[in-house]
Amino acid sequence: MEWEPVIGLEIHAQLATRTKIFSGASTAYGAEPNTQACAVDLGLPGVLPVLNEQAVRFAVRLGLALDAEVAGRSVFARKNYFYPDLPKGYQISQYELPVVGTGHLDIDLEDGTTKRIGVTRAHLEEDAGKSLHEGFEAMTGIDLNRAGTPLLEIVSEPDLRSAKEAVAYMKKLHSLVRYLGICDGNMQEGSFRCDANVSVRPKGESGFGTRAELKNLNSFRFVERAINHEIERQIELIEDGGEVVQETRLYDADKNETRSMRTKEEANDYRYFPDPDLLPLEVTRSLIEEIRGELPELPDAKKARFEADYGLPAYDAGVLTASRELADYYEATVTAADGEAKLAANWVMGELSGALNKAGLDITDSPVSAADLGGLLCRINDETISGKIAKDVFEAMWNGEGDADTVIESKGLKQVTDTGAIEAMVDEAIAANPTQLEQYRAGKTKLLGFFVGQVMKASGGKANPQQVNEILRRKLDG
Amino acid sequence: MSLDASAVAHIAHLARLGIDESAVPDYARNLSEIIDFVEQLSGVDTGDVEPLAHPLEMGQRLRPDEVSETDQRERFQAIAPATEAGLYLVPRVIE
Repeated sequence: MEWEPVIGLEIHAQLATRTKIFSGASTAYGAEPNTQACAVDLGLPGVLPVLNEQAVRFAVRLGLALDAEVAGRSVFARKNYFYPDLPKGYQISQYELPVVGTGHLDIDLEDGTTKRIGVTRAHLEEDAGKSLHEGFEAMTGIDLNRAGTPLLEIVSEPDLRSAKEAVAYMKKLHSLVRYLGICDGNMQEGSFRCDANVSVRPKGESGFGTRAELKNLNSFRFVERAINHEIERQIELIEDGGEVVQETRLYDADKNETRSMRTKEEANDYRYFPDPDLLPLEVTRSLIEEIRGELPELPDAKKARFEADYGLPAYDAGVLTASRELADYYEATVTAADGEAKLAANWVMGELSGALNKAGLDITDSPVSAADLGGLLCRINDETISGKIAKDVFEAMWNGEGDADTVIESKGLKQVTDTGAIEAMVDEAIAANPTQLEQYRAGKTKLLGFFVGQVMKASGGKANPQQVNEILRRKLDG
Repeated sequence: MSLDASAVAHIAHLARLGIDESAVPDYARNLSEIIDFVEQLSGVDTGDVEPLAHPLEMGQRLRPDEVSETDQRERFQAIAPATEAGLYLVPRVIE
């Protein structure tokens, strides 16, 4: 039987606010344990939560970017469960009335088509603290610095049909929250986390199978591997006459397997109810319009503009707009390179990206600035240097030896375009290789390449290749 | 509505309350009576009534995103049962 996977993702994006969602404690990462956990975060008696305006504005930004309904009125609810890293005994979340309603996100599939993925909702909630199980005799250590950090939980419809689609959706959302400046997207630090609901059904059927929820998917690679593994596990289970149990499974990256955590408690066991400490959140039309006016150009619009304005192929435009920082760098390069858009695309995606990858650096840490890269491209364009020499110049610039003009000057790399000088080198090369000359003139014209090589070598790679070719051909044939 | 003994045990577990086995029938009767009492509200036609999330008919006031809390770890941990290396210690929890 042919099986069809059905996947929905729940993504938790940590909002890039300075302070917690309900208290004025700092959210800076990496502080000493519990130095950023105030009385509200600790759930001490008598404290009251006060909602962070920026967290609300960030949620609205995402809602607008997903073309979703932003609720004029939404409600915070208590989700009750006991765990030591949740001091109040409940998490403040949103349940029946979330701040962001139905929206959608378009993803690009491998075959070049796009697919619209429904977004069910996005709601604001607070993060829990961290439990450290290692290193204490029969005890667990609790760090509450993270408790109360604002999260936006973004829930997709079960519209995804493969692990690859799930990754494409997750990457698109990751790019979007970073474009919007609402989340730093740092997956190692847990700023962008993913749970996946996975089920399978016979292809063609419209009902859903029983789903398992996969947790702990903290990289794009793990998401793909864990989902594929889970799909296989469920198909095997069903084909062997078994049944999928609704449960939470934890992905173990070392063993590449998922294992059962606990039978998933029914949703009503959380006993959600409106939090009496918080009034309904009101988002006015005018605030929504104000925030709409602040939205940056979004990835899809930018990609379309890159194709139209710079004449780039869809693939190049997609790569260059994957992050706002890369897109900004590219555009600054084009400006500095007098509008040489395709040349700039080749260099940013080729030489520069290669060097950044090798050094493990982000585009924002590039040792070569966009202005300097553009300057280098100008020298290629005005034929001061060849494309080949430009790679050497780039390497020197990468190593901090100055901008293109400085490197070209100090290393004497300026291309030789003086016809007289090239002619002299050509004459010399011909005179030094009489045998090859004879063979060439006897019809072995492939030897042109040999002569070009000799002249380029003599010039230290600096002779203008086109001129060398022309002059050689004229002299050899003459 | 009538709660049976297993429902009482389940609710007690969710609330982490230890209740005496012998008290279960009393809890079941009392809780059932409370639910029945509140259940009278279901008989009221609320078709024209807007749902109320909070008795105060106001919107939530918002706070500017500025750090206003200083580190008071020492004071907080002075009243904690056990701490080590800046962490609060609790009996070991394993998933």
